[in-house]
Amino acid sequence: MIPRIDFVYLFDVKNGNPNGDPDAGNLPRVDPETGHGLVTDVCLKRKVRNFVDLVKNGDSDAEAEGFRIYVREKAILNDQHSLAYKALDIDAKKRKSKGKDKAEEDRNLTKWMCQNFFDIRTFGAVMTTDVNCGQVRGPIQFAIAESVEPIVAQEHAVTRCAVTTEREAEKQEGGNRTMGRKFTVPYGLYRVHGFINPYLAAKTGFGEQDLNLFWKALEQMFESDRSSSRGEMSPQSLICFEHTDSLGNAPASKLFGRVRIERKESLEGLPARSFDDYKVLVDESELPEGITIDRKF
Amino acid sequence: MGRSPIAVRIWGDYACFTRPETKVERLSYDVITPSAARGILEAIYWKPQVRWVVERIHVYKPPRFTNLRRNEVASKASAANAKKAMNGTLKEPLALYVDEVRQQRAATILRDVEYIIEARFDLLDHSDPIAKHYNMFKRRAEKGQCFHRPYLGNREFPCDFEWVEGPIPESELAGERDLGLMLHDMVFTPVDKPKDADTVSGHTGEPLTARARFFDAQMRQGVIEVPPLAMADVGGHA
Repeated sequence: MIPRIDFVYLFDVKNGNPNGDPDAGNLPRVDPETGHGLVTDVCLKRKVRNFVDLVKNGDSDAEAEGFRIYVREKAILNDQHSLAYKALDIDAKKRKSKGKDKAEEDRNLTKWMCQNFFDIRTFGAVMTTDVNCGQVRGPIQFAIAESVEPIVAQEHAVTRCAVTTEREAEKQEGGNRTMGRKFTVPYGLYRVHGFINPYLAAKTGFGEQDLNLFWKALEQMFESDRSSSRGEMSPQSLICFEHTDSLGNAPASKLFGRVRIERKESLEGLPARSFDDYKVLVDESELPEGITIDRKF
Repeated sequence: MGRSPIAVRIWGDYACFTRPETKVERLSYDVITPSAARGILEAIYWKPQVRWVVERIHVYKPPRFTNLRRNEVASKASAANAKKAMNGTLKEPLALYVDEVRQQRAATILRDVEYIIEARFDLLDHSDPIAKHYNMFKRRAEKGQCFHRPYLGNREFPCDFEWVEGPIPESELAGERDLGLMLHDMVFTPVDKPKDADTVSGHTGEPLTARARFFDAQMRQGVIEVPPLAMADVGGHA
């Protein structure tokens, strides 16, 4: 059984847009009241999925056993290989089972999905079975990431030396230049809180190996997510509070309060432009009994 | 006004108690619903022998909204395809392609909320004394222990909680506010035929129907009195 863990994950962005807001013309998400930047939980989950898909399903089928990703992006698809699922001993042709058997079958189906798909085992999923028992709650829960200080989004006007259609070219009389816009955050350090629940992990079969893969994803997922809009995104710190008691040994809020991020004194008043401008303070004094701090990086 | 045996303070940065009539582009109620409050209590402690009853909700911060639009998927995982894949008869790989089934959905969510939930539990099964359940809940709440992380409507909005001892602090919210008709809770009733069921009990596998109950929510000096969930059938929830 995996332990209960509450974690603080820090990542930063340099000259990029970590998460565009579809409501604001793809500007970086900002809390309108505080000016702090936001990155949604689903944005981070997407990156975890893509990372796992890339490392597990890229090369060989054998390795991918049980590490398929259900909610996928077409862009990173690599599925020349045929399917080789380890099927349960259920005859799928005998579909007409009813009542109790049907419920049993649905449960098996859900279990099978958990066994085969890393993202369902980790984050959960809702399946369309007749009655509502195809719902899987995953053990890992992300909150919304927020930047440590207010961010300033910069708008850049960019040009391209080509046009898409003939008509555009005619209109410009051969000038063939169009303008576009892109938004970046010069620098932003983001903090997100996460929770890992041992009870739900046991239910979905999320194990030690999955957990290690998840940590690896947090450490490396930005490396495989480079694009013109993202700029340079990097993981900066992962601080895990591990509980010996599955119910928890201390309130998560108290533990999270032990992680403070401050500006370095000499740089007070200047805009932050790198992770070096901050210091991460973890108060390890008088830890509640049963809590250990593990700084993964 | 007496005080319920159990009071828990909960707070968080964001919350979304979705109104059922605006669930596509989610719009939160002004305050937490009794149903969501029950969910939070159950996240800390629940046994099939007890049923939570939320009696009063204290609101400590005026409702403030913000907007969050996200790319979401439009469909659920297909059980039929999963079955085919298990059998090896599915042609294409089993997956859901997010760029093909994409929906952009806005959510109007609450921010910076703080409540105290006053509640008690009813025993459905008298094999254990109520004090046992009470003490187990109290111990957990005092230590910050929970079965799973409680959340404010949606799982991406986790909340913190603490046990409240003694008198309930007064809210600074003055005056009366009519919050309108609000979801009280779902009532789950066992049915004989599985085809009539809306859901099944997660514990017994028993088929159940689910019916929504509403109440007229009035906030006075920051306090909402939650009327008893008038139950025709004391089948309890799953």
